[in-house]
Amino acid sequence: MRRILIREEYCMGCKLCEINCVAAQVETGNLIKVYRYVPELPEPNVIVEEHDYVTFALQCRNCDDPSCLKACMTGAMHRDPKTGAIRVNQEKCVGCWMCVMACPFGVIRRNTKEKKVASKCDLCADRGTPGCVEGCPNEALVLVEVRE
Amino acid sequence: MRVCSYGANFYDENANRVYTENTKCVGCHFCEAICPTEAITVRKNDFDIRPLAHWTPEHLIGIMKQAETGGVLLTSMGNDRPYFSYFDRIVLNASQVTNPSIDPLREPMEIRTYIGRKEEKLEIEEDEDGTVKLKTEIAPQLKLEVPVMFTAMSYGSISLNAILSLARAARTVGTFFNTGEGGLPKELREFKDNMIVQVASGRFGVSADYLNAGSAVEIKIGQGAKPGIGGHLPGEKVTEPISETRMIPVGTDALSPAPHHDIYSIEDLRQLIYAIKEATRYEKPVGVKIAAVHNVAPIAAGAVRAGADYIVIDGIRGGTGAAPKITRDHVGIPIEFAVAVVDQRLREEGIRHMASIVVAGGIRNSADVIKAIALGADAVYIGTAALISLGCHLCQTCYLGKCNWGIATQDPKLTKRLNPEIGARRAANLLRAWAHEIKEILGGMGINAIESLRGNREVLRGVGLHEYELKLLGIKPAGEAW
Repeated sequence: MRRILIREEYCMGCKLCEINCVAAQVETGNLIKVYRYVPELPEPNVIVEEHDYVTFALQCRNCDDPSCLKACMTGAMHRDPKTGAIRVNQEKCVGCWMCVMACPFGVIRRNTKEKKVASKCDLCADRGTPGCVEGCPNEALVLVEVRE
Repeated sequence: MRVCSYGANFYDENANRVYTENTKCVGCHFCEAICPTEAITVRKNDFDIRPLAHWTPEHLIGIMKQAETGGVLLTSMGNDRPYFSYFDRIVLNASQVTNPSIDPLREPMEIRTYIGRKEEKLEIEEDEDGTVKLKTEIAPQLKLEVPVMFTAMSYGSISLNAILSLARAARTVGTFFNTGEGGLPKELREFKDNMIVQVASGRFGVSADYLNAGSAVEIKIGQGAKPGIGGHLPGEKVTEPISETRMIPVGTDALSPAPHHDIYSIEDLRQLIYAIKEATRYEKPVGVKIAAVHNVAPIAAGAVRAGADYIVIDGIRGGTGAAPKITRDHVGIPIEFAVAVVDQRLREEGIRHMASIVVAGGIRNSADVIKAIALGADAVYIGTAALISLGCHLCQTCYLGKCNWGIATQDPKLTKRLNPEIGARRAANLLRAWAHEIKEILGGMGINAIESLRGNREVLRGVGLHEYELKLLGIKPAGEAW
């Protein structure tokens, strides 16, 4: 299973992961094109937390025992059998946002721009390397393989 | 805007745009490097001071600053004055027809070298059953896989992440880094086999334990950027971890006196060298680092006779974390002359084998390394080049302690910008690349070992140099055959 490892000691809080996450969710991928020409930009699914010099980028931890999955009444929140990542089925989601309430890390966001669904990191399942990892200039986010 | 530690970029809410305050920008290019869309360019600001030949803007600004503050002008990194770079006026030889060149990819090429005292002769004895044994006891040596080491930069002048980067690179490549005079942070203890510990005039953090923590001990008498003067780490920078390694109270000024107050002569130096050798049970080479000054050859010869196993000569272009500009720019001699005259002097006195020569101060590429070795060095030290590999853009403001690249700073917000894993990879890459180039050039000359290059001035020729300069360097002018 691939996971994103957060290395707080090397995060400089530049927030390039956030903008790269947005770009990764849009088809063109190119930063300038994304920010200049895409009308409705999605929310970043990675959030840089800051307090004084402690900074780190946080995205879905894909918990072993996920609260969001338990809280979901429609079964939209599910574990991808192939990658082991937690994903949202946008068809089933009704936008009750119980997952947002339940997540202990606060990394699921209300998606107010399109429909009513929740927005969360899907480990860039359809992309090679996740956008945030690729865009990190200091390797504070790295992609690692973990055993099941 | 968020990343600039000097606050040069700022956001104006009313105008909803980012502005730049030009006077605050030091030109470190960090914002430029981190901008993902290449939207920032750091440019030279052509302000309106007449560029007169004698009264240059640099002099005018210096006078203006001093009229305002009444203080010494501080600066960092190496001399940036356009003094002659003799390295740039020396060219190398290559084989044609009469002596075959060597392809380093197909034939063995030895660039390993050893730093330390060599024996005058080797005696061997044969057992009854015919096994041959070495009778002579070999003095302790430092084994260098590449004839390039990382020079002394203290914890305090650079961040722990920067030192860790160099330490790991040194271990990967098989060379050495130097702790500088700032003592030994506990994170570096594991690098014993690739570490040289320094003893400077402040004696910060020096204990028997410290002397034995590395592979060699280096006594620092002077530094190329500021020969003849000491150092001063202001109390504000002596934080908890720095106080722990330097063994001084938090918040007190760390003063390195100009001389060692127990060394006023070569005889005194000998006492310290042997005190250290006793403390390390004669198991480690003890070196002496001096700045290249007018009298460098006799001083180096004296240091060798005092028992130094290697001599470091730091030239006028050597770098620093902080030094008075006037000293950095005007005191000392170019390293090319220094190494040539020291090598010559030691040979004349018949004591060249008693110590290795390490050259420091402004080594920019592998050609400089080769030229330095051909002029008589055993190996070189790099400091500025190593920091550039970690990200440094030579903005020359290390003394402010706000390095955006996380190198010359202790601010935890800034030091974490330098990931020692990336740093170690880059610094090691630099050494590997230079090693390849050195092999390539040696092969072209038809030489298959770096030891055959040392002091081999026949491979050098001077271009556009005066007769007396050629004589001092001990090389022939370009065009003159063997």
